[in-house]
Amino acid sequence: MISLENVEKIYQTQQREIHALRGVSLLVEAGEIFGIIGRLAAGKSTLLRCINLVEKPTHGKVIVDNCDLTALENKSLHIARRSMGMISQHPNLLNSRSVFNNIALPLELVGTPKIEIEQIVHPLLTFIGLAEKANAYPAELTEIQKHRVALARALVLTPKVLLCDEPTALMDSKTTHSFLQLLKEVNEHFNLTIVIFTSDMEVIKSLCHRVAVLHHGKIVEQNTVTELYANPQSQLCKDLIKTTSRLELPLTLRKRLRPHPNENSNPVVRMSFIGANAEEALIAYVIQQFNLMINIMQAHVEKIQEEHIGIMIAEITGDSHNINQALEFLAGKNLYIEVLGHATRAA
Amino acid sequence: MLHELLNALEETLFMVFSSGLLTLLLGLPLGILLAITHPNQSLANSTLANSWLHKSLSALIHVCCSIPYVILMIALIPFTKNLYSSISSSDNHCIFALIPLTLATLPLFAHLCGKAISDIPSTLTEVFISMGATPKQILFKVLLPESFANIMQNFLTTLNHLVGYSVIAGVLGCGGLGQLILEKASVFQFSGFLVIACSLIAIVLLIQRIGGYLIGVRN
Repeated sequence: MISLENVEKIYQTQQREIHALRGVSLLVEAGEIFGIIGRLAAGKSTLLRCINLVEKPTHGKVIVDNCDLTALENKSLHIARRSMGMISQHPNLLNSRSVFNNIALPLELVGTPKIEIEQIVHPLLTFIGLAEKANAYPAELTEIQKHRVALARALVLTPKVLLCDEPTALMDSKTTHSFLQLLKEVNEHFNLTIVIFTSDMEVIKSLCHRVAVLHHGKIVEQNTVTELYANPQSQLCKDLIKTTSRLELPLTLRKRLRPHPNENSNPVVRMSFIGANAEEALIAYVIQQFNLMINIMQAHVEKIQEEHIGIMIAEITGDSHNINQALEFLAGKNLYIEVLGHATRAA
Repeated sequence: MLHELLNALEETLFMVFSSGLLTLLLGLPLGILLAITHPNQSLANSTLANSWLHKSLSALIHVCCSIPYVILMIALIPFTKNLYSSISSSDNHCIFALIPLTLATLPLFAHLCGKAISDIPSTLTEVFISMGATPKQILFKVLLPESFANIMQNFLTTLNHLVGYSVIAGVLGCGGLGQLILEKASVFQFSGFLVIACSLIAIVLLIQRIGGYLIGVRN
């Protein structure tokens, strides 16, 4: 549905050039919820504005629904943009218009007749659960209701893609949850492709199918959300995951942890698995088979949408040759193994 | 006395509202021009931005804003006299105050309108650009309706300024309450003086109240 080919954006200031995007390539499939996560100033907003061509990329191609937007003239661009809805962290409603007229505005812009507007807007109002607020003004709505209206407005031209720019950045956890639920319904109900830009791993966890990690204008990692959780590659991603899961090494262990092994240390490993692996049996088997001791420090099951991910941190004691064999064995059983460090044995 | 007062009142209201209307008709387009040529404006990739036009226009407006009204009025006397001799059939003097009155309030009103429009956050207009709205649609569907209340508030302020200016015009001989107040004061008729002053205050308050109510109804 959306394909980005080596998109670069360079801002020219008087003193120097700022590389906001350094060659981003992405492929978003039709009907999926795709997350793009990154810290502040990672280039998220720039990337979004490059997708709907509010900013023209310096290099690269933006192809949405088989149409190369970067090659379009201004006039055809106005039309092409109508296949993309957008919501952002501010609802950006017009205070001078009622809820109904706010939602109807995009239709007015394309010259839809009044009767048709009624037929399109009323079902949408019911969908977002604000049918009785049709004639209210934005000033009379709560913040979450305004966001719902903004969402309806983004959907009114039946776009093929919905771009979300940190939609939940200013919401509390409860409203975030209900708003994400609504986005999920939108995705299923209209079979709409959603691209969501966020800095919040919670949003990715509870909503997205696939995710790309953006760092300094580059995609450093791209995976399904469950795989990403089970087996994060980049440091940024590991940090982001840490913010949502409560896995922290105990202080006493952290003090003993060294980056390199010596003859007096045991490896500390993070093992994770997707789905219902028979974890207990595997661990017991490894202990017997390789003559090891496994000291489980932390274990945690993360629920990501419908899937479960088990994450466990353990210190392994035993013969180093046996430990290596055991880890290889576990990796062969589809467990993701990451050696976090080597703990010197307690005196 | 009452007849005199009503006559003068009519002349003053004529001066205020006619020049107010002229200011609105000329100032609003000027304000829009000022806003859409602003270098940082967000109308569709700044195709309309023109910093040269914007700079010269706003410089002109700032200069005109800072000319005191009395000086403007006196400076325009030769011009007004010319006009008077060409259409001397009219004995309604207050018509000649319209030009200096309009010129006095136009720059400030245009400046305020431009500001009211530019003050609409660019994030808001960007939403509509991303929806595929053309610059013209953004101006008429987003910028003007959203800044309407602000512009009307500025217009009310302008009308109130005009009441004051029309009195100065009257003192300089253009009729209305200003001229009457000068006549009363010069023969030490303080009760008349007081009545006129009170009616001027009443005009200002009424404009403020009624205008405020009308803006409130629309929102």
